[in-house]
Amino acid sequence: MITGGALAVYGITRRSPWGIALAAAGGAITLIGSMQKLHAQPSTKSTLLVQCSPEQAYRFWRDFENLPRFMNRLESVSVMEDGRSRWVAVGPMGRTVTWDAEITSERKNELIAWRSLPGSDIEVFGEVEFRSAPANRGTLISSRIKYRPAPGMAGAVARFFSRGANFAIRQDMRRLEALMEAGEVPTTEGQSHGRRDLVTAVMRVADPTRPIPSGASVRDTFAARRNIA
Amino acid sequence: MKAVCYMGVEKMTVENVPDPTILNPRDAIVRISTTCICGSDLHLYDGLVPTMEQGDIMGHEFMGEVVEVGAGVKPEKLKVGDRVVVPFTIACGNCFFCKRELWSLCNNSNPNYWIAERMMGHSPSGLFGYTHMLGGYAGGQAQYARVPFADVGPLKVPEEIPDDKAVFLSDIFPTGYFGAVNAEIEPGDTVAVWGCGPVGQFAIRSAFMLGAERVIAIDRFDYRLRMAQDGGAETINYEQVDDVVQTLKDMTGNIGPDRCIDAVGMEAHGHGMIFLMDRVKQKARIETDRPFALRQAIQACRKGGTVSVPGVYAGFDDKIPLGAFMNKALTLKTGQTHMMRYMKPLLEKIQKGEIDPSFVVSHRVPIDQAPRMYKVFRDKQDECTKVVLDPWAEGAMAA
Repeated sequence: MITGGALAVYGITRRSPWGIALAAAGGAITLIGSMQKLHAQPSTKSTLLVQCSPEQAYRFWRDFENLPRFMNRLESVSVMEDGRSRWVAVGPMGRTVTWDAEITSERKNELIAWRSLPGSDIEVFGEVEFRSAPANRGTLISSRIKYRPAPGMAGAVARFFSRGANFAIRQDMRRLEALMEAGEVPTTEGQSHGRRDLVTAVMRVADPTRPIPSGASVRDTFAARRNIA
Repeated sequence: MKAVCYMGVEKMTVENVPDPTILNPRDAIVRISTTCICGSDLHLYDGLVPTMEQGDIMGHEFMGEVVEVGAGVKPEKLKVGDRVVVPFTIACGNCFFCKRELWSLCNNSNPNYWIAERMMGHSPSGLFGYTHMLGGYAGGQAQYARVPFADVGPLKVPEEIPDDKAVFLSDIFPTGYFGAVNAEIEPGDTVAVWGCGPVGQFAIRSAFMLGAERVIAIDRFDYRLRMAQDGGAETINYEQVDDVVQTLKDMTGNIGPDRCIDAVGMEAHGHGMIFLMDRVKQKARIETDRPFALRQAIQACRKGGTVSVPGVYAGFDDKIPLGAFMNKALTLKTGQTHMMRYMKPLLEKIQKGEIDPSFVVSHRVPIDQAPRMYKVFRDKQDECTKVVLDPWAEGAMAA
């Protein structure tokens, strides 16, 4: 990509037919490079030990309508009559992103894999695996999710879901653990407190789940806003 | 309701805040009858534990009456009208750690676990009123509190036990006891206890309960050392001896105390160069803690002995004598207290009259006096050992 960019710049400065050809070639290399980068969205993976049986975890996950209870970005999943499902998520700038998905592979109590159908805003590939941990120590749940821009669609949505995806998937899995084990997800949202100072108050509104470092500045406030934008 | 709120370093105020509400099915709301300031709250007052926010409600030692329960709490576990003491650690009861009775390590009670994971690798359980890193839960220095996982933590207290005797089951009595349990005391042992604050006092008495022959208590305030003597301990005022380690060796035929308990934690006082360096580094935020007591405990401990640390440490510590620790083959045991292991057995000891925990109380004041009492407690004015707050009494100073 850097080579392409350098070629293009060099070509433009030459101001000759050869130079223009060179610049065009350089531009093409740059474009291909950036497209490859766009398509190489990393998949995110998280494995967690949860105190339940593989059967329980499988049953809970297999009912896709349960997923928004622990996947924070999902608003709803509804399973349709043909076994396909419609997923509604909160995307960039609070915009709703929708896709339909089908199950591509399944082994009872062991594995579920799904992918979005053509015509969605975004391509999503998901897989979850359930394995017994040794000595009755619970179940190892591994989930893997990959987002890709759908053909013909801008990459913004995919980039939105990919950014911070490793952290997001771990958070989701921890919420799943709490749901399976404790029956509820711990929260302090909505509890009482005394007067917040201005910076804290604004940051709390911007991102209620993120604690504010003591001595936070106005700059941190904007950083917090960027994180949710 | 009234609540003591953290408004900044050395700044607490009593604020009027909305009453708490049920947020999760396993929550309960407790109308608080008695609450306290804990020595560990002073670390927050001094601004030494990160992730406090202005407006946070303080306090983790409280008891009262259940006034509301969530839909997920079974009546045989807890119901409206029950009088309960609430442990400072919050535990779900079902995770890997709760199943092994490692209650203070609950995996599911800290919604902000990821901050703790960044600092410590893993997160302990959520705590009441003790930083956002440890959950960000509103605390109990208030008239009401929301108690999550209320079917696991709160212990019912029989009518005949007054608040004064029961409220310390919320933290300091079990914490002192856990410190003594962790010390692995065997019959005939000599136990040294650094710090004669409330946890130290309970550690001294618990050490005798668990079979210690002698307890040697170390502090710099005579009134606290007198309280330790009342509990059967011999005492060292470290400001009046040249060398605490040598003094302990002299008192034990050079062998050293078999078990050492650090009930001081991150804000230890001492003298000499190393202590001054700790102070400077802590102020400059290069070191979070001043582990002076812990260093002495490791140096003094008998070879093959045990060092137990109920004192609170928050972050990173310098010049821990690991060489001594390794070569003397010591054992180190620590942790926030696994409260639910000890609350019930210790309540039984109180019922049988084996101990009356109210001996530690030095001040009883209305909640409005709390901000001033933080300073009194921190500066050890007026022979302060333990401050008990009445959330419902009005204004003026009580006895």
